[in-house]
Amino acid sequence: MAELGAGSLLLGDPAFNYQEAELNERLKRLYPAVNEDETPLPRSWSPKDKYSYIGLSQNNLRVHYKGHGKNHKDAASVRATHPIPAACGIYYFEVKIVSKGLDFLSSLLPLSPIPGWDKHSYGYHGDDGHSFCSSGTGQPYGPTFTTGDVIGCCVNLINNTCFYTKNGISLGVAFTDLPPNLYPTVGLQTPGEIVDANFGQQPFVFDIEDYMSEWRAKIHGMIARFPIGERLGEWQAVLQNMVSTYLVHHGYCATATAFARATETLIQEDQTSIKNRQRIQKLVLAGRVGEAIEATQQLYPGLLEHNPNLLFMLKCRQFVEMVNGTDSEVRCFSVRSPKSQDSYPGSPSLSPRHGATNPNLHSAGADSPTCSNGVTPPNKNKSHNKYPGVSSASSSSSSSPSSVNYSESNSTDSTKSQPHSGTSNQEETRCVQTILTTVSALLCEVSKKCQTLVAVCVLVEDSCASRQLCGGNQAATERMIQFGRELQGLNEQLCREYGKNVTHKKMLQDAFSLLAYSDPWNCPVGQQLDPMQRENICSALNSAILESQNLPKQPPLMLALGQATECVQLMARVRSGSCSFARVDNFLH
Amino acid sequence: AYCLLTSHIEVTATSRHYVDRLFDPDPQKVLQGVIDMKNAVIGNNKQKANLIVLGAVPRLLYLLQQGSSSSELRAECAVVLGSLAMGTENNIKSLVDCHIIPALLQGRCMLTVCVTPCQDPTVIPHLMSLLSRSQRTQEYITQIFSHCCKTPEHQTVLFNHGAIQNIAPLLISPSYKVRMQALKCFSVLAYENTQVSMTLVNVLVDEELLSQVFVRMMQRDQPIDMQLTAAKCLTYMCRAGAIRTDDSCIVLKTLPCLVRMCSKERLLEERVEGAETLAYLMEPDVELQRIASVTDHLVAMLADYFKYPSSVSAITDIKRLDHDLKHAHELRQAAFKLYASLGSNDEDIRKKITETENMMDRIVSGLSESSVKVRLAAVRCLHSLSRSVQQLRTSFHDHAVWKPLMKLLQNAPDEVLVMASSTLCNLLLEFSPSKEPILESGVIELLCSLTQSDSPALRVNGIWALMNMAFQADQKVKGEIVRALGTEQLFRLLSDPDSNVLMKTLGLLRNLLSTRPHIDQVMSSHGKQIMQAVTLILEGEHSIEVKEQTLCILANIADGNTAKELIMTNDDILQKIKYYMAHSNVKLQLAATFCISNLIWNEEDGSQERQDKLRELGFVDILHKLTQASDPNLCDRAKTAMQQYLA
Repeated sequence: MAELGAGSLLLGDPAFNYQEAELNERLKRLYPAVNEDETPLPRSWSPKDKYSYIGLSQNNLRVHYKGHGKNHKDAASVRATHPIPAACGIYYFEVKIVSKGLDFLSSLLPLSPIPGWDKHSYGYHGDDGHSFCSSGTGQPYGPTFTTGDVIGCCVNLINNTCFYTKNGISLGVAFTDLPPNLYPTVGLQTPGEIVDANFGQQPFVFDIEDYMSEWRAKIHGMIARFPIGERLGEWQAVLQNMVSTYLVHHGYCATATAFARATETLIQEDQTSIKNRQRIQKLVLAGRVGEAIEATQQLYPGLLEHNPNLLFMLKCRQFVEMVNGTDSEVRCFSVRSPKSQDSYPGSPSLSPRHGATNPNLHSAGADSPTCSNGVTPPNKNKSHNKYPGVSSASSSSSSSPSSVNYSESNSTDSTKSQPHSGTSNQEETRCVQTILTTVSALLCEVSKKCQTLVAVCVLVEDSCASRQLCGGNQAATERMIQFGRELQGLNEQLCREYGKNVTHKKMLQDAFSLLAYSDPWNCPVGQQLDPMQRENICSALNSAILESQNLPKQPPLMLALGQATECVQLMARVRSGSCSFARVDNFLH
Repeated sequence: AYCLLTSHIEVTATSRHYVDRLFDPDPQKVLQGVIDMKNAVIGNNKQKANLIVLGAVPRLLYLLQQGSSSSELRAECAVVLGSLAMGTENNIKSLVDCHIIPALLQGRCMLTVCVTPCQDPTVIPHLMSLLSRSQRTQEYITQIFSHCCKTPEHQTVLFNHGAIQNIAPLLISPSYKVRMQALKCFSVLAYENTQVSMTLVNVLVDEELLSQVFVRMMQRDQPIDMQLTAAKCLTYMCRAGAIRTDDSCIVLKTLPCLVRMCSKERLLEERVEGAETLAYLMEPDVELQRIASVTDHLVAMLADYFKYPSSVSAITDIKRLDHDLKHAHELRQAAFKLYASLGSNDEDIRKKITETENMMDRIVSGLSESSVKVRLAAVRCLHSLSRSVQQLRTSFHDHAVWKPLMKLLQNAPDEVLVMASSTLCNLLLEFSPSKEPILESGVIELLCSLTQSDSPALRVNGIWALMNMAFQADQKVKGEIVRALGTEQLFRLLSDPDSNVLMKTLGLLRNLLSTRPHIDQVMSSHGKQIMQAVTLILEGEHSIEVKEQTLCILANIADGNTAKELIMTNDDILQKIKYYMAHSNVKLQLAATFCISNLIWNEEDGSQERQDKLRELGFVDILHKLTQASDPNLCDRAKTAMQQYLA
């Protein structure tokens, strides 16, 4: 699909880009369940799968006939680039008859492995209005059609039927028991015949969304009315258990107890254990990872030792939090914020992420980093994304030529890609990686070079007044550098023991590269500093603790949700069209 | 009589007890009393009447309105009042006389009061003012309006009281029930009402046109009831001329929605309403008929309407069988109506209908069903199909539809008779193979009796059928027609106030007076009366068409051998012919010239004398002038006539 689009299109054409955007938007709206990485949608006729009598133009959307058109043997057809994905649920495309030619005979075949009137082809003829199904003899079906008419074809992959439309009017079911993997196809037979396809490039004449809404309502109704029957009691117990385990898993201790009391059920885990987990989670979410590690080691001795990967992840995070100025190891240097002052707001506030809309986490993100350094931004200029600090660093302390190089490449990089936009991720990380190798090399080599880094850090302090590295404290920064070295050491140790680990390397590089920017919060890898990033590591730690206590590492509710989502995806793969209207998202509020 | 009286007093005595308890000082006892009363009146009209006579209503109303009454008591009072209102017309009248309506508007019992159309116009402004009060009042009041609005006068009254402006905002109420009732109200208001419909198209609800609001309500994921009622609203607005038939909201939304309502998936009631509404929507518009005929296999879909009760339902489920039986007639008549509407203009659609499985058989059996509604719809369908020459020649003859049709004509209500006789007219066209057997079945007497009907439509159809029958008929049939009709009736029809009747009677005369021997025969026996009638018509105030037809009759008479003399000897008529030859209307000139041309035709006996006489009367001069006429036909005709003189 991609190579086809690129081959025939001018990339710079704004009109086309607009149309392309509209097409993508419409297809996304019509077929939200389709995973185009697995099953691309038809977007144009295929220049490969066509008869030689067929000519294509206008971005492979216009079809014209260039054969002799003397008899049926001269008929020719072309199919779309891809078959109709089952996950569409209901698929629709239209064809406008631009010119009917001399003696018109046109057909629409929703399917044809090889274009033609052979087995597994289905069509609707313009000259006699007949439908034909895998044979040359047609059945009376609908009206005839001619120049100016818009003929549509709708494939219902839920009940495997198909109907055609003429000028926005449904002509009724033409075929039942359709096989899977249908291709939109058009067949022509006479010179002068021209038809234009609309796979979603333009609004359809027929109101397909209205038709879809009926099926969506039908399927939702079916799900809502699914009989539970005699298992009603059982059902309720299962649901209560799901809620209860979910609350316990995330450490909503009080709520879980209240729920258990109300429903007269038992909680497997004891209170103290829940509270311990809750405490550790709170620490992680507040960015106080060092303390969290300490608490874990104290409460669950041996746990982290047995999970070196987890420990490494935690330490990496701790480093990031040091940059953030939230970890206690650097915070103790700060005069302004005593250790006890800052904690993750709200009581148990971890919850699994449904998208990124957790109010607690947002509020945490808003106040935890800024509160700790106690500095309010005097003039927060968001568009400020050039790094004067870096260039001055290179001019003032140009002891290392490598750092000069690096600052240059950085500044070009930053002008190209805006931070957090995430558009050209690959390119971004490649650029960053080249820088990072330099940084990590700096870190693991002799201490002399560390001074350069410190110099950079100090300079950063001058230029970026809003948030400061390690809370802007010199001693803290030194501690951080030292911690970074320890972390590097840990990585090397792990490498020796377990072999090279790409994930670890990447993690380390990402963490260290924060130091390369004058404003780490506003740089290509700055997302790491977002408090939201604490959630993953937090739930990993939580799961590990639960697992060590022989409790399920995932709550059954999430398991069920994951299973449902997976089932729906599986339905698409086994070509059950109703999956498109049974999306799990529709039932999560 | 004595005995009856006693029993009456006894009943009243027990009733008295109920009323007395309403006055008890203990509110708890009053409540129990009202509850007992409620149980006593349910389904007992006599008890209801007694309580009303004994004055229970004012007391109940008092308790209802009293702020000190508990809500439980007030609710029970309202229920009793509602129950009382469910009785006879008289009961309701008494309740209304007690000013029950203003007092009860918060209660549900209002509904039962008003299900019987309420005639008091002062009620309406009050109801309108209560619309803003709560969702409950909105729901019930709009429901009351829908129920009460039965005639165009009711529509106008509601319209004049601002029903549209007051109810339109309710269409976007958060409550489904309110939206639904408001929608129903609009469908009742707009039905066959141009004034309402024209106003509706311009109404905005929350900056959206009302028609768009209705379109949204027809979306496929909306409840069926809502889709159907919204489609009705748009249908009525379209039929009233407020929305064009080619508007996309009709073609792409309303029509497909109604077709969907006819599908097998819908309830039987919905299918009936859907088909009837669709039939009504497209009745006058051939383009809509064409679109509907190809939408979702509608023609084939309707065939299913005849399969109730199905053999399956009979065996499996008694309840279902009962349900099916109840709707079977309605389904059939709705399908016939829709077929009639579909096939009223387009030959291809008619063909498609007659080719539907067992279609003609179904119509034939429909014609003799017990239900008048089904018979009427079946004959309408047959009538619609009978406009097709091809069908008359083929399927109509193959299925001998004339037989049940004739039977239907023997004894049927007027509306069925009108349709049936109109269909018969088509079956009697000369190319129809059914014409012969119909003639042999003694149809003439029946048609003649129709010409004596009080209904102009039946008189037209009767005489029309006779006219068709007389066309190119043999002498025997013509004689029979004249004999059966009787000259007296024939001449009475010639002075019929209905111009259609007159036209067809003249047509019959013309058909009777064709081919020379027939002309002479008819004129010899009825010449005098015919000439008299012709004179009268030519002198009277009639349309051009009537006069033309009359002059054509004269031309036919002039074509006879002996009949000619009836004109030649009638100077008055000759003067009239002369007058019409110089008329400003070419058609009349042409017919009159044709008449003269027949009179002076050379090859016939006595042509010389006639030519001479007419020359004397100055006809040659007129003919001469007409040879210069601008109309080529007239010019030719005059030249041909002139040649008779030259030969």
